[in-house]
Formats: sequence, structure tokens, C-alpha cells
Amino acid sequence: MEIPVMVGAGLVVIGVGIGIGKIGGSAMEAIARQPESYGKIQTAMLIAAALIEGIGFAALFAV
Amino acid sequence: MQRKITIKALTLVFLLISFVSYASEDTQKGDLKTEIKAYIQHHLEDSYDFSLTSYTNDQGEKVYWGFPLPVILWDNGLKVFSSSKFHHGKTVAEVDGNFYKVYHTKIYKTDAEGTINYDAEKHPTNAKPLDFSITKNVVVIFLVGLLMFLLFRGLASSYSKNNGIAKGAGRIFEPIILYIRDDIAIPNIGEKKYRKYMPYLLTVFFFVWFINMLGLTPLGVNVTNSISVTVALALITFLITNFTGTKDYWKHIFDPLGDTMPWYAKIPLYIILIPIEVLGIFIKPFSLLIRLYANIKAGHIVMMSLIGLMFIFKSWLGSPLSFGLAFAISLIELLVALLQAYIFTMLSALYFGFAAEEHDHHEEAHAH
Repeated sequence: MEIPVMVGAGLVVIGVGIGIGKIGGSAMEAIARQPESYGKIQTAMLIAAALIEGIGFAALFAV
Repeated sequence: MQRKITIKALTLVFLLISFVSYASEDTQKGDLKTEIKAYIQHHLEDSYDFSLTSYTNDQGEKVYWGFPLPVILWDNGLKVFSSSKFHHGKTVAEVDGNFYKVYHTKIYKTDAEGTINYDAEKHPTNAKPLDFSITKNVVVIFLVGLLMFLLFRGLASSYSKNNGIAKGAGRIFEPIILYIRDDIAIPNIGEKKYRKYMPYLLTVFFFVWFINMLGLTPLGVNVTNSISVTVALALITFLITNFTGTKDYWKHIFDPLGDTMPWYAKIPLYIILIPIEVLGIFIKPFSLLIRLYANIKAGHIVMMSLIGLMFIFKSWLGSPLSFGLAFAISLIELLVALLQAYIFTMLSALYFGFAAEEHDHHEEAHAH
């Protein structure tokens, strides 16, 4: 039986969601611990989130 | 206070009109869902004329508001004519005995009746002339370029005229320019070399931001939805990265392990490592272009679909629901427009930082 491509894309999006969620959560913890390095943490968070997001879009375009 | 709220409400209405106006274009009468899909498709495509809106008059004729744009073709000689000859894609344009027809936003050469032949996969087999037309996207790019030139030229010259203090409309962008310098360029590229990358970083940031913001106005433009635009932007980043790459940058790609191992031990590792590193050169700009394109396109599709809900529900419940959701998404899209410009600039600066890196070899020896 063939699994539809959309199911695969959905799984990838779930993974991407978990990944970005973890990045956001960790960034918040880090900011709470060290509020003075807010700017640096935010930048690193955005870069990591953007890179993961790229994978999500790649999966969506495969559909 | 009252006035502020009024202004905000008016801005919102204008934002929504842009999408609603597109939903009033005509298509083949079919079932509602396919019709809405066709509207969305139409909104996402580039066009040969700049039409703002259209309506049906008392005689039942379609009246278009907008203006035609020049079509420039190379087909055994230069052919320049106005896109009004296509009559919004409905008729065949005759130029010097040649006939052209628009089919799915591309121009094909046809016979006098405008027949389009298809192959087995439903692709047209007609000849396609080379197309250099000034389409809607090109017009918007020109306009944004002109706007940026006037705005930032004025800002730059105001410094010398006004004893080093910014003056004029461009002044509101001064903090953003400083932010890009101090928080994007310098930390990523380094104090020594950031200056030569600044012009590109500033240009790409404001270009992407302005174009994304224009996509949310009633003009209904959508330039960064077109993958060719983002390909061009990413290509410039790619070229700058690789042409300004230092010896250390290329050494990092083709000899990443350096002197830490004898050469015979490196061979089996490098069979895997070097292809990955070389692939990385191309994947970096590719991810840039996909991210910008997909984010903006996804935003426009979601917005159009939410407005489409209004026509599907056709009840007192549908309009407020659709309006509220579209409002929320509009606010998110305002953020996304800025965020995507920021990310594009940020990642470009990061890649330039890789390219400009120069190892201090003494320090590296300590680190190992």
C-alpha cells in the first residue's frame, strides 16, 4: 500500500513544529536566566528557527 | 484618540480591499470552490497589465481599472507593443504580421485565430518568443528602486547639509540602518571587513521589506511571490559570498581538517567531506530563496483563502469570521514582512562572515 505524499509532508511539519517549539522554549529559559544577553539569544534563536523552517517548506513543496 | 482609531480602521479596510478587489475578477462560471481557487491563482501570478480592480457595468460588460504595460518580445527582431492589444488575455495581438496570445501568463506565437496546440501532457507546443516585457512585477521593482534611491539619497545628502544630523523623510530609517550595522553586520562579519558588505546588506533589507509591505497594500502586488525575484536576490548573495571568499574560506571547504592529520588519513574522510562542503555552497543561497518565496506566498494564500470564506459561508456568520481571521493574519503578515527581510539580511551577513573569515593561526594553535 502506498502512503500518500501528504502524510509524509504532515509528519515533516510536525517535526518542524516540535523543533521550533523547543528552540523558542529554550531561548525563553535562557533569556530568563540571563536577561542581559537578550539580543544575542534572540538572534541565535531566529537563525536556528529559520534554518528548520526551510526544511518544512522543502517538504511542503514536495507535495 | 478617536482620530487614531479612525485612521487605524481605515488602514485596515484598505488592506482588506486589496484582496477583495482581486476576488471580483471574472473566471469561468463553475462551482464556487474552484472559482475561489482560480482567484487565488490569479492573484499569485504576474501579469502584463497593471489592473487595480474591475466591475461589471449596466450593459453587462467588464470594465477594468488599471493601465497597460509595454510588451517587449524578441522574435526575429524586436517587437514592442502595448499589452492593451491582448485585451486582458482575451484576444490575439497582431504585430507586423505575427500573432501572439497570452496563455497562463506566458506569451505564445499563434496563428490568426489564436490556436494553441498541446502535446500529450497538455503543455502548449507553440513557439515562445523571448520575453523581456515590463510586467507588473518589473514596474513595482522599478518603483521601489526609485523610491529607495530618492529616500536614501536624500538622507545621505542631508547629513552634509545639516551638520551631521539627519533631516527629511528618510530620517525614520536611520535607527534601522544603525541596527543593521551594529547588530547584523559587525557581529557576523567583523569590525575589520564589514564596511564593504554594508551597501548590499542595507539594499537587500530595505528592498525586501518595502516589496513585502507593498504586497499588503491595495495595489495587490506580489513580487516576492515570484520565485525568479528571490532567485535573483539569492544569486547576488551567492556571488558576493564566493567572490569575496578569502583563502581561509576555500581552505575550510577543500581542506577542512588542515594540519591535524597526515594526508593519507585524510583521503577516506575527504571523499565524503568535500562533496558535502561543496554542496553546502549551493544549499545556503537555495535555502535563502526558498524561505523568502515560500513564506510570502504562503501568507498570501492563507489571506486570500480566509477572504474566500466570506463567499463560501454566505451567511451573517461568515463575514465577521472571515474579517476577523483576515485581520489577525494581516497583523501577522506585517510582522512576517519585516522578519523575512531581517532573516534574509541576517543570513546573508552570516554567509559573508564565513567568506571573510581569516583565522588568526596563533590563536587557533592554542585552541586545539
